[in-house]
Amino acid sequence: MTELTLAKAVNSGLRRALADDDRVVLLGEDIGPLGGVFRVTDGLQRDFGTDRVMDMPLAESGIIGMAVGLAYRGFRPVCEIQFDGFIYPAFDQIVAQVAKLHYRTRGAVRMPITIRVPFGGGIGAVEHHSESPEAYFAHTAGLRVVTCSTPQDAHTMIRQAIACDDPVLFFEPKRRYWTKGEVDEDADFPFDRARVLLEGADVTIVAYGPLVATAIDAAIAAGDEGTSVEVIDLRSLSPLDLDTVEASVRKTGRLVITHEAAQFGGLGAEIAASITDRCFLYLEAAPARVTGFDTPYPSARAEEHFLPDLDRILDAVDRVLGRQNALTGWSAS
Amino acid sequence: MRTTVSDTRIEAELPSPPDELVQLLDPEGRRIEDPLYDPYVSDVSGEALLRLYEDLVVVRRIDVEATALQRQGQLGLWPPLLGQEAAQVGSALALRADDFIFSSYRENAVAYCRGVELPQLVEVWRGTAQSGWNPYAVNMATPQIVIGAQTLHAVGYAVGCRHDGVDTATITYFGDGATTQGDVNEAMVFAASFGAPVVFFCQNNQWAISEPVGLQAQRPIAERAPGFGIPSIRVDGNDVLAVLAATRRALDRAHRGDGPTFIEAVTYRMGPHTTSDDPSRYVDPLQREEWAAKDPIARVEAHLRDAGVLTDETAASVAATADEVAAAFRAGCLALPNPAPLSVFDHVYAEPHTGLARQRSQQEAYLRSVGELEGGAE
Ligand SMILES: Cc1ncc(C[n+]2csc(CCOP(=O)(O)OP(=O)(O)O)c2C)c(N)n1
Ligand SMILES: [Mg+2]
Repeated sequence: MTELTLAKAVNSGLRRALADDDRVVLLGEDIGPLGGVFRVTDGLQRDFGTDRVMDMPLAESGIIGMAVGLAYRGFRPVCEIQFDGFIYPAFDQIVAQVAKLHYRTRGAVRMPITIRVPFGGGIGAVEHHSESPEAYFAHTAGLRVVTCSTPQDAHTMIRQAIACDDPVLFFEPKRRYWTKGEVDEDADFPFDRARVLLEGADVTIVAYGPLVATAIDAAIAAGDEGTSVEVIDLRSLSPLDLDTVEASVRKTGRLVITHEAAQFGGLGAEIAASITDRCFLYLEAAPARVTGFDTPYPSARAEEHFLPDLDRILDAVDRVLGRQNALTGWSAS
Repeated sequence: MRTTVSDTRIEAELPSPPDELVQLLDPEGRRIEDPLYDPYVSDVSGEALLRLYEDLVVVRRIDVEATALQRQGQLGLWPPLLGQEAAQVGSALALRADDFIFSSYRENAVAYCRGVELPQLVEVWRGTAQSGWNPYAVNMATPQIVIGAQTLHAVGYAVGCRHDGVDTATITYFGDGATTQGDVNEAMVFAASFGAPVVFFCQNNQWAISEPVGLQAQRPIAERAPGFGIPSIRVDGNDVLAVLAATRRALDRAHRGDGPTFIEAVTYRMGPHTTSDDPSRYVDPLQREEWAAKDPIARVEAHLRDAGVLTDETAASVAATADEVAAAFRAGCLALPNPAPLSVFDHVYAEPHTGLARQRSQQEAYLRSVGELEGGAE
């Protein structure tokens, strides 16, 4: 066990993957001498060489398109998209090619491509540097979508993503890059299962990525007031581990889902619909969503007015507990 | 808004591939004669050149102040233009008031020349808004952060101008790194296909964050354009006179209806990529020193001193002006108001949107209930 920041935990996971399998190659902008703008690839080019850790000319479509060719040739490319908002030039290659090649070739061609994306807000950044585009990819058949919230998950899951024979969108919660935690390199757990982080009896909060820590804070605050909250970290967004959420909601009867991404057509909508379907007779209240608004991500000095926070989550907890508050009776959108 | 329109008209075709680097003022400040480009700047000597010198000094001073503001926590981020003053000022002043600009994020000196109010220049970097000015007020789009996207917008605007029967030109600014993006290459194809009155102005500052230009281009960037059917000019980007002349020539072609031109301004990013960057990880200090000797302001200063136009006294008064601008800039920046809580819902759509309206009312009710919104709805 070593204590690492989340960024260093991804770094050590990449290092292990490069060492364990010489078909693993890293592609990205500024990932070489600079070590990436968040230093996630720090030292990797120095140790594995410029053929394995490639600084790419500045074009995201080019990076992913070239990864497709490398995958065709039996490599396992790991692509870094510098910031969430810069994945769109590669959208066509990801959605029309990466996602569909296995299907199109009736299984003959595998696309074990990992696409690493620092995502989410909360760091006071300029436009295009704080987005949460996960729903676009979760909506696309053929892609797996995962995200981590702890250094341990960051380390283990990046290795699992690289080892996976399907393409994986790996979303890294950038505002948690500096969070520290113990990492056991030998730990292993299922790649596509959610995890119950806190057990509770009254309300289930489902979160992922950057908001897991906020959800835990909310659970602790609610606990102080006598409400027992269960917190689930989804970890995998496609597939969704609805069995774990279902088991929890059967117990608590109340569900709050939180994410930074917009509400409309987001992961929360999918979870609320599926859980309503599975747990209709167990639900004491309609599932509540606490999300970013259906607006572009705002300027840095307005982000506190946009991001779900402890108070908004607690407000939703109150609501599903049947305590009347300002938003009681509002159906979303 | 400052412009220095000239009516020089030279019909000579541009060579393809481009000849040597166009240079009118060498790093020591010596005036180099160039029969082709001299006529474009025949109006710029003596007092007029002193005026340019002042612009260069002022924009550098603004840049230094912005970096200081960032270090003091007053700006979230700043992309310094240190070293690129001549490329930006020289090209911006060549434009007519009706010419339209689509820039990247680094062209703060261009925006300054365009007459953008100083606090508006930093709104985006302070994080109080996603853009600082109304593009139509100064005929300049607000900064583009997505690398290369603006080049296509420029081509569209230029084609629109032609449809409208006006001789307005459009200029787009982008970096060496951007020349790799599909958008930029598509923009060049489109511009050539439609003979769009557009100037592609590439500031090759040798770096795309940590990546040297050699990763993006194996040959001088200016050589790429002729392959798309666009004549190009390679200019010393640290020579304000040469940049002015080259941009005037390119704009002249656009105004005349002769189609697109590509300019590669060869310069150097003397500072970090942005205030978040740590160039010590990748920049060779020797290379930086070589470029420091080609400073864009020092050569104008040397030239003006030789010509007896600049004395210690005028230099001091220029510096004082720059300090005044910087002080006003700082004060304006600090006075920028923080956005109101519900402002995040503003301007998402041009027409009423029922879904968003409902979400906004919901948030308003919530904020009121927790006492974070006083008074009437805003
Ligand atoms: C589509 C896209 N990808 C990546 C980035 C991140 N990024 C910001 S600036 C930059 C380098 C740009 O280099 P260049 O075009 O030479 O312009 P310069 O910064 O040197 O002015 C990169 C990769 C971005 N803004 N947009
Ligand atoms: Mg550059």
